[in-house]
Amino acid sequence: MMFIDPHAHMISRTTDDYEAMAAAGVVAVIEPAFWVGQPRTHVGTYLDYLAAIIGFERFRAGQFGIRHYCTIGLNSKEANNEALAEGVMEILPQFALKEGVVAIGEIGYDEQTDLEDRYFRRQLDLAKELELPVMIHTPHRDKKRGTSRSMDVCEEHRVDPSRIVVDHNNEETVREVLDRGYWAAFSIYPSTKMGSARMVEILRQYGGERIIIDSACDWGISEPLAVAKTARLALDRGVPADAVRLATYRNALAAYGQSGQMNEADWLDPPPIDQRTVYEGNSILRGGRDPKVEDAKVRRTRDELIIE
Amino acid sequence: MTRSPAPTELLRQWLDRQLPPPAAAWLREQSGKLAVDRSERTLQISLGMVVRKIGRDDLALTPADLEVAATARPDWDPSRWSVDVATRVLMLACSAEERDVFAERFTRLCRYADLGESIALYSGLPVYPHPEALVDQASEGIRTNMRAVFEAIAHRSPYPRDHFDVQRWNQMVLKALFIGSTLHPVVGLDARANPELARILSDYAHERWAAGRPVSPELWRCLGPFAQGGMLDDLERAAASHEATERMAAALALSASPDQRARRMLAGMPDMSDAIAGGRLNWDALADAMQAAHG
Repeated sequence: MMFIDPHAHMISRTTDDYEAMAAAGVVAVIEPAFWVGQPRTHVGTYLDYLAAIIGFERFRAGQFGIRHYCTIGLNSKEANNEALAEGVMEILPQFALKEGVVAIGEIGYDEQTDLEDRYFRRQLDLAKELELPVMIHTPHRDKKRGTSRSMDVCEEHRVDPSRIVVDHNNEETVREVLDRGYWAAFSIYPSTKMGSARMVEILRQYGGERIIIDSACDWGISEPLAVAKTARLALDRGVPADAVRLATYRNALAAYGQSGQMNEADWLDPPPIDQRTVYEGNSILRGGRDPKVEDAKVRRTRDELIIE
Repeated sequence: MTRSPAPTELLRQWLDRQLPPPAAAWLREQSGKLAVDRSERTLQISLGMVVRKIGRDDLALTPADLEVAATARPDWDPSRWSVDVATRVLMLACSAEERDVFAERFTRLCRYADLGESIALYSGLPVYPHPEALVDQASEGIRTNMRAVFEAIAHRSPYPRDHFDVQRWNQMVLKALFIGSTLHPVVGLDARANPELARILSDYAHERWAAGRPVSPELWRCLGPFAQGGMLDDLERAAASHEATERMAAALALSASPDQRARRMLAGMPDMSDAIAGGRLNWDALADAMQAAHG
């Protein structure tokens, strides 16, 4: 099975993760623009970060046979630094049109301050103007109300729910998000967000329609194989394969593919220039050619003393 | 005597010939717009729209096209360009402004380029106006670890040969070997060979051998013309290699050395020596042999 991880902060992950993801069947990742663990204080730093996720990180992923896309935006945390926020908002349109940018995101609320609200709304308008989908980060504190409020604001700004992915859902938020016509994404992230077994139950209850599974892996203790593992758990526990495929591949492609920047052909049949330059295709997909990614790399152990 | 067309004219012809009507129309429209609106913002937006409007197919060039290209700009080889690269290069090349303005724009575009844009921007170095003003940014580009971007600058382009000083040239050659790129597509390897580079590469070979790692046969090309003393020991070792391609490279390098000992060593490799004299063994043939061996 092929998987897409539509929420992965690969800039904070090592090459071990890329190797493991490729071996597990992940063909594409989407890296949302977010903060990097501590706040940026200069617009230039933010710009260089955006340049890195559209440039070097895309190249780095390609070396492991994974196609990399990103979302760009001003995240909710750093929206609270008004000087920074204004500077970032000014250059966002320039970055939003870059190749591989599949949405404005991840935007929304963190603490639900006035500043967060202001920049959330402005970016919804930008997304409409540039005809890009939106990735919404729902707050981790006061989530239920924050999620409802996020959707209210989207509707106030007349952005079509079918172009919006509401991420980091849980049992408390999913019903309303689905009922109101949005894509409902879930981050399988230990301790603080969704778990894989709980996700399987949600799939069982709601089916696969408009449900998306991601890892949201970042610099914290998180699992870049979350999508692949949850898929396998779901199949093992009797969830129909169709629903699993929707939640771990098709829906992410449909939702973010609305940008026109992400197509199945990118990994199934990439243009020659990509094959020559930035993409070293996953061997799983190339019948009859010598495998490039051979056996899954041996898990790193303390006993493996030979480094060369 | 017919004037050879400018590279930009050729790009325009090739694109017009190849692009489907909607894409060709968009390009004509944008070109018209860019001719009157000289702002950086409009240029940025046009460059940004290229992939969406033009696509990413390979530029379909015949051998005759490549000959004309080489006449228009000697040693310029656009055979690996895609249509989006050609379009972006054309737009930027025609946005000629006064030297400093152009150089600053180029720098800013490179700084915030996405991966495809980086490749396009640097691919056009052979054809932009004010090339000497772009050296700093090109040098910055060569520092990348993104092989595709490195090769856009270093391969199939006369720009580094014509504009990089000896330090930059040497860094580029060494970096190519270091990041696993190839030297064969670098233009001017023989013209720009220099004693310092030979010394650096000899040291690098020693480092690789000490680490039990292979030395690219291509390395010896830049050593040959200056090979004497210790460097001849290096070539002797390469000439005794199990790998045929390494022996071939050693023979070629020896044939470029003026040193007496090199002559004697080469005489001890009669088959290779004959093949070199007969024009059957040269650096192009070695590149083919390396391609065949490693795919």
